[in-house]
Amino acid sequence: MTNEQSEGNVAASASQPRSGWPLFEVFLRSKRGLNHVHVGSLHAADPQMALRHARDLYTRRNEGVSIWVVQAADITASSPDEKDPFFAPSGDKVYRHPTFYEIPDSVPHI
Amino acid sequence: MTGVTAESGGRATGTDAAAAGEARPDLGALERYFEDTIGSERRIEPRDWMPDAYRKTMIRQIAQHAHSEIIGMQPEGNWVTRAPSLRRKAILLAKVQDEAGHGLYLYSAAETLGADREDLTNRLITGQQKYSSIFNYPTLTFADVGVIGWLVDGAAICNQVPLCRSSYGPYARAMIRICKEESFHQRQGYELLLTMMRGTAAQREMVQDATNRWWWPSLMMFGPPDSESPNTEQSMRWRIKRHTNDELRQRFVDMTVPQAEALGVTLPDPQLRWNEARGHYDFGEVDWAEFKRVIAGNGPCNAQRIVNRRAAHDGGAWVREAAAAHAAKRKEAAA
Repeated sequence: MTNEQSEGNVAASASQPRSGWPLFEVFLRSKRGLNHVHVGSLHAADPQMALRHARDLYTRRNEGVSIWVVQAADITASSPDEKDPFFAPSGDKVYRHPTFYEIPDSVPHI
Repeated sequence: MTGVTAESGGRATGTDAAAAGEARPDLGALERYFEDTIGSERRIEPRDWMPDAYRKTMIRQIAQHAHSEIIGMQPEGNWVTRAPSLRRKAILLAKVQDEAGHGLYLYSAAETLGADREDLTNRLITGQQKYSSIFNYPTLTFADVGVIGWLVDGAAICNQVPLCRSSYGPYARAMIRICKEESFHQRQGYELLLTMMRGTAAQREMVQDATNRWWWPSLMMFGPPDSESPNTEQSMRWRIKRHTNDELRQRFVDMTVPQAEALGVTLPDPQLRWNEARGHYDFGEVDWAEFKRVIAGNGPCNAQRIVNRRAAHDGGAWVREAAAAHAAKRKEAAA
């Protein structure tokens, strides 16, 4: 019915074997002074096309002044699961927070 | 730490969840954690463990929504070349482009659950997955463009605002983005109708005629009555649905009646009247037989919508192939 087969062959070396174009994650800087933030994803044949698609898809109303795209397959991720032991080391170190320390109210500016 | 893809690394997601399930055989604990997360109004994220039924239901819901946005470009796209002024044409183009954008946000949300983009497109053009029945009605005059913005997008907003709090994170985030943009859609439609109502008698008649044709199909957008919506209870428990179909339908009617009065059109329902005791408008029964007929594929434009979508997909095949070939060549040259 469609030509997906040949399309798949062209992109066979890419990371997304069943899809013609690989998946890119899109990050936007909404204005100067702020970090780039993840906003979503899209498919594109290459990074240049991904940038153009990201502009058309995610910045139709001046939502961004800068875009990053990165192929989804190139991202290394931890698990977002809050129970993940990966984040355990920071869980029991309350002394890293200023509120851990008791200072008399009479001491100013601290 | 595991070396898999980020949020939208869709296909890896399912496999990962399964692998995690194997490593931690206590399915009960996983299920409890899932229920707790939802119960405390936190979001489920792509790589969390989730019941298969939740994943399947979410994919179906998001895909159907995405397909609706994509097919929804056609009724209004029908008037792009015949818009009565450059201003109206620019607005209509921007709106149709937004619908495409909404479809793409949603497809990418579906992909975070392990759905495949090509597969979703194929399911749409082979009729295996549905889209909203509203888009199977024709747009006969330019007033239809206004009425679609006012009623159809108005109903969509009613449906979608609660979905910004869907328990599935990527869907909720896509809905927030979409709802912001829908507001423009509804307002441009209403303004278009106000302009026509200030015009000639023939223009006012066009607005009334379009309202007559779109009113009942708009009420159908909220789905079957609660008594015939068996999945509602589970969906409410999973917080992927926040209000029942009938609640949202009532809300839409209550919101719309004063807008119709301000516009100067009559909604085509003789039973429509304010009920002081309920604090809501009473309204007549939707023709559910028609709803079922259109869903089953026998609406005025079902076949045409799919033929067009398929033609666009097939016609674009050479572009997708050429771009992929070009990218491969450039990669080779760079290596």
